[in-house]
Amino acid sequence: MIAPPKPDLVTVNIDGREIAVPKGTNVIEAARLVNVDVPHYCYHPKLTIVGNCRMCLIEMGMPAVDPATKAPIIDPVTGKPKINWIPRPQIGCGTNVSPGLHVKTTSPMVKDAREGVMEFLLINHPLDCPICDQAGECKLQEQSTGYGRGYSRFVEQKNVKPKRTQLGPRVTLDDERCILCSRCIRFSKEIAKDDVLGFVDRGSYSTLTCFPGKQLANNYSLNTVDICPVGALTSTDFRFKMRVWFLKQTNSIDTETSVGANTVVWSREGQIYRLTPRRNDDVNDTWMPDSGRELFKAVMAADRLVATTHLDALVAQAAELFKMNASAGAIAVVGSGRSSVEEQFLTKKLAAALKASTQLVSRVGQGDQLLISADRNPNVRGALVTGLISKLPKVGDATPLSRSTKGAVAAPIRTGGLTDLAASIDAGKVKVVVSIGEDLIAAGLTAAQLANVSVVYLGTHANATSAAAKIVFPTLSVFEKNGTFVNQQFRLQKFAKAVPGPQGATDDLIVLAKLTAAASSAPMASDLGSLWTLISAEVPAFAMTSYAQVPETGLLIDATPFAALPFVEGETLHFKPAAAAVALDS
Amino acid sequence: MAVITVERKPLTLLERTYLPQIVGGLATTFKHLIAPKKTLEYPEQRPAIPPGYRGVPTLVRDPNGREKCVSCQLCEFVCPPKAIRITPGEISADQTDRAHVEKAPQAFDIDMLRCIYCGLCQEVCPEEAIFLQNQYSMSGYTRAEMVNHKDKLYELGGTLPDQHYKWDQKKTAQDHGNAH
Repeated sequence: MIAPPKPDLVTVNIDGREIAVPKGTNVIEAARLVNVDVPHYCYHPKLTIVGNCRMCLIEMGMPAVDPATKAPIIDPVTGKPKINWIPRPQIGCGTNVSPGLHVKTTSPMVKDAREGVMEFLLINHPLDCPICDQAGECKLQEQSTGYGRGYSRFVEQKNVKPKRTQLGPRVTLDDERCILCSRCIRFSKEIAKDDVLGFVDRGSYSTLTCFPGKQLANNYSLNTVDICPVGALTSTDFRFKMRVWFLKQTNSIDTETSVGANTVVWSREGQIYRLTPRRNDDVNDTWMPDSGRELFKAVMAADRLVATTHLDALVAQAAELFKMNASAGAIAVVGSGRSSVEEQFLTKKLAAALKASTQLVSRVGQGDQLLISADRNPNVRGALVTGLISKLPKVGDATPLSRSTKGAVAAPIRTGGLTDLAASIDAGKVKVVVSIGEDLIAAGLTAAQLANVSVVYLGTHANATSAAAKIVFPTLSVFEKNGTFVNQQFRLQKFAKAVPGPQGATDDLIVLAKLTAAASSAPMASDLGSLWTLISAEVPAFAMTSYAQVPETGLLIDATPFAALPFVEGETLHFKPAAAAVALDS
Repeated sequence: MAVITVERKPLTLLERTYLPQIVGGLATTFKHLIAPKKTLEYPEQRPAIPPGYRGVPTLVRDPNGREKCVSCQLCEFVCPPKAIRITPGEISADQTDRAHVEKAPQAFDIDMLRCIYCGLCQEVCPEEAIFLQNQYSMSGYTRAEMVNHKDKLYELGGTLPDQHYKWDQKKTAQDHGNAH
């Protein structure tokens, strides 16, 4: 990884334009600042530089100085300092800027060099574009249009290499397409810390492969697919499902843990096909865990809840139930760390209108010090900031797996935090439990306890709680609505609606607003714009903020009121816990 | 606006009799009585289709009977009226004769109520698998009938000569290997 650039600036000249860039920047990044594209394959901003693809060749030179006086030599013809150009091209990725550096990226020599590199890369590259999943987002295709010859002078037989190799449970390798950039090898070694990939054989027979007896099976393996500039590494799940040029991209957030990795949802006609990471240098760089990429499958699951009754009829039933249990403390609201900030704000409003106690379900697992944090709720801090809860939920001791994590994270997630509620139910104080998408049985309540109360359940999927619930409001998943989360850094990040929800499911905000209105007999806003007017007026940390103002890379909010709380997260990428983390057994 | 007055010439005597026009008209009539017929007894008789005619889009096989389409979906992308829908699929590794192609359409539908016979699908196809051939008449009683599915498309398309045998060559190279 490149060291963070030091503030002292260096002035360089790229294609005749002067620009001041931080010292230590390489020529590719410096050129990017003046909107000059230097084509490259092996260079990746978050990986070490190897300089083996030779695509980023540029012409460079330094101002000539008089050896005796060290004074710059002025060209008498132009009146400008004379530049000593290096007679051969240099790689841009491995060249750091130095004061007065001159770079040419459009000279005939550079064009020749790029065309030469392209021709050699294409010698053994198969004509697979019609069947290749990378087509449409393939760097080799893109550079071929710019620097390719259009026909092949290679009359010999192309190399034959293994195709359709399973490198691991989620990655398929086509060695013929590999251009030996070694990005995947460097990623596995440097970021995933799981050094399983390497090249064998020499010259044009070089082949990417796993070390004997090893598999590319770590929870970050699909990032190698993202960074592969060609179609050599492909996702087994997304393989041959849909061409990328049909897919609509929507920015979203990984809801798996409190890291809040930035993601892109790729969908077509209301169907999600894949999730990929979105670059955010303060949160997840350009990576995301494999386990988070499977979350979209729940959207199309057969056990999605849909309503057969009209929403207003359901709200009327709930209002009746609330009216019958109007005494303070008879109703308990179980909020969710998976709800958005806006939903938690409305949950708080609902609880206040019902004079109900509020609690949150905690989900704690093992962090992996990279992009999986110990807290498996994406938005516990949102609940704190909005005031839904005032202290952190208790870490549960029961260890039921809250959802299947097939092939990805195998460590159990401890779901719990409802011990106080269980005690109140046993004491007969609580008569009605409103659960915002939380499976109460998985969170530690017993079926007998649930049978003693009337459950109002807002949720997306059928589970034991929805089966036991008196009133069920089918709601939307994170891919079907807009909202914000507050991640472990207290960074407010927004996610957008990628696909429409199923018929019969209503936005959580509308359900919560209608329930609040029914409970308090005052209208309540349910759209993000009006809600944020309320939120920014009531929540000090969000003062002067609105949904539209939250940038795509997130907005850090004031975390000082919560600095003393014992958050469960350990250290992860771009995050160091402030308070002493609760020790977790490993 | 300027008004231009056009002087109308008075008709001559011959013109006023209308006789030359009647004779001319009859001449045309009698000419066609004896000339060879231009019309066809459609549908019993069918016109000869000139080369390059853009008829109904069809899928073709190569002379070895191999399905040429690899479901790259470029035709689906380029189709202006969005008449083409493809569900891509993988060829499983146990189909030894064509596993090296890896990809083939699971479903391939062309809605002939949408198709405008523009021929862009044929032009864009990198595998030379889709052709607008001589078939020009499509009819049906329901909308569903007017959607040509994969089987119908191959039935209409038949086999066309292949200049490249790209995938056969690839298979030969694979079987031959490239040992060093």
